[in-house]
Amino acid sequence: MRTKPFTFISFVTAFLISIVTGDARAALTIEITGGSSLQIPVAIAPFAGEEAYPDKLSKIVMEDLARSGLFKLIDTGGMAPPRTPADVRVSDWKAKGATALAIANVAPQAGGRIDVQFRLIDTVRQDVAQAVQIAGYSLPTSRTQLRLTAHQIADIIFEKLTGNPGAFASRIAYITKRGNTHELQIADSDGYSAQTVFTSHEPIISPTWSPDGTKIAYVAFDQKKPIVYVQTLATGQRQIIANFKGNNSAPAWSPDGRQLAVVLSRDGFAQIYTLNVDGSGLKRLTHTNSIETEPNWSPDGKYLLFTSDRGGSPQIYRMPAYGGEPVRLTFEGSYNVSPRYSPDGKSFVFIRREGNQFRVAVQDIISGQVQVLTENGLDESPSWAPNGKMILYGTERLGRGVLAAVSSDGRVKQKLSAQASDVREPAWGPILRSKP
Amino acid sequence: MKNISLYLVIAALLGACASEPTKTQTGAQVEDRSQSQTPPSTPPTADTQPLPPPVSSVSPLKDPNNILSQRSVFYDLDSFEVKPEYKALVEAHGNYLASNPNAKVFLQGNTDERGSREYNLALGQKRADGVRKILALLGAKEAQVEAVSLGEEKPRAECHEESCWSQNRRTDFVYQGE
Repeated sequence: MRTKPFTFISFVTAFLISIVTGDARAALTIEITGGSSLQIPVAIAPFAGEEAYPDKLSKIVMEDLARSGLFKLIDTGGMAPPRTPADVRVSDWKAKGATALAIANVAPQAGGRIDVQFRLIDTVRQDVAQAVQIAGYSLPTSRTQLRLTAHQIADIIFEKLTGNPGAFASRIAYITKRGNTHELQIADSDGYSAQTVFTSHEPIISPTWSPDGTKIAYVAFDQKKPIVYVQTLATGQRQIIANFKGNNSAPAWSPDGRQLAVVLSRDGFAQIYTLNVDGSGLKRLTHTNSIETEPNWSPDGKYLLFTSDRGGSPQIYRMPAYGGEPVRLTFEGSYNVSPRYSPDGKSFVFIRREGNQFRVAVQDIISGQVQVLTENGLDESPSWAPNGKMILYGTERLGRGVLAAVSSDGRVKQKLSAQASDVREPAWGPILRSKP
Repeated sequence: MKNISLYLVIAALLGACASEPTKTQTGAQVEDRSQSQTPPSTPPTADTQPLPPPVSSVSPLKDPNNILSQRSVFYDLDSFEVKPEYKALVEAHGNYLASNPNAKVFLQGNTDERGSREYNLALGQKRADGVRKILALLGAKEAQVEAVSLGEEKPRAECHEESCWSQNRRTDFVYQGE
């Protein structure tokens, strides 16, 4: 576990943030394999009072920021934890090259509550004698919520210094396979606190978070054919949403969380339908003799992106969410699949085959301009971070399934792997307000 | 019930020449036994001839010399077209289903591991459904054939190159009861 300063100027040797939780529950190892050339120098001071808890908050914040590839962390070299801006000499930090310094005081309160007073201080301005505060928050929390609080602090720093919201306080879902055991797991965005949500000896695919993050829809083959389930995370309760003749798959939540688009083969080939989350109100949206699959709702709920081979090869189309005439969006190449709207609805990520390689690409909806973000491999199942800045996807390394992430500008790259398991089918959930 | 009756059909096919059951006795039928149980299931006595080898006791579906024992159609990448070399195989199964109306077959479409799992699930369905249509043209009834897809989820060969991928792009014939 590193606390030393580091730089991403050379990426010849990728470094590892090894994720080893005290409770040793299956965690993901996240490895940075590429970073931005423009990194914001920031210093995270040790937080006053954090040593009373097993997880050091300042370290969690540093690891989050480092993993994003957008920050250069300045050495705080054994300094005494400052409690207030008055404890900080801005000129010292400016001399070390920091543009900002984060300090915090972790203060236990009555009844097991903890108050984290966090401040982000501008260390560039020298025209003022006193430290200038960029942000100051009092974050009420508790022992079990401390990791989440650290991720929220990292999100604040990320937003104040990059201008874009962070996505550290969020969770990811993914499927692991070891031997014949398939597990649907969820973990924090940094790979910690992994837990198994559903286990089966048959395949599980296509997990997807409800917009409020309380449920996951997925496809399980445990009844020897694909069936769509919705599972409530707090209770573990599983509900069958679509179990018609033939295959039931590719669930996608409407942005209001009231409907799901699904793909059924009950009338022949895979076709797109919508239904209510209680399984009622089934409505067929496509009527073709070709494959129609992988629906994905636009953030405003008006459109669905989907994959269709109606033109002779799989390509990405868009149609109104109530059905209607589709418009073809991809034209280059013979295999473009798995479209997912960006959170702002202006672009979509998808998988393009080029030669024998399957690559993650992003297309601007209006201009049609495509940027291919990954170089080689068997990439699949792309999923946006809720801030639209990273894309998580499944790929393969040395014959094993691993997850990887790439920033939406293609500069920052990460690999996530779980020990001794294949990992696949990632889905990034929404921002967490409090830990469920 | 359907399952049971189909099992019986299969059992009958498998055991067509085996000594036949004696199980139907009810109280009322006891007197009939003398004639109806011609070859009783008693062990052969010393002076009976050894039974000839059970020539037709192997189901045509299992007979390695019968084309019906071949159960897989393989495909080119992205394709759902049944290639000419598998025409005879599909026709044999179509004819078998047409002349054995109690037989039921699952067609399981499969794909290789590359690309989208969801698209592959749909592609596997299209492959299986393509075979289903040919069987229907040959006289198989709708209720005899069900096309399903396993997508890329159940690879027959596990390596990550064409030698395995080509084995995984296929439709399998799985008869009910097998």
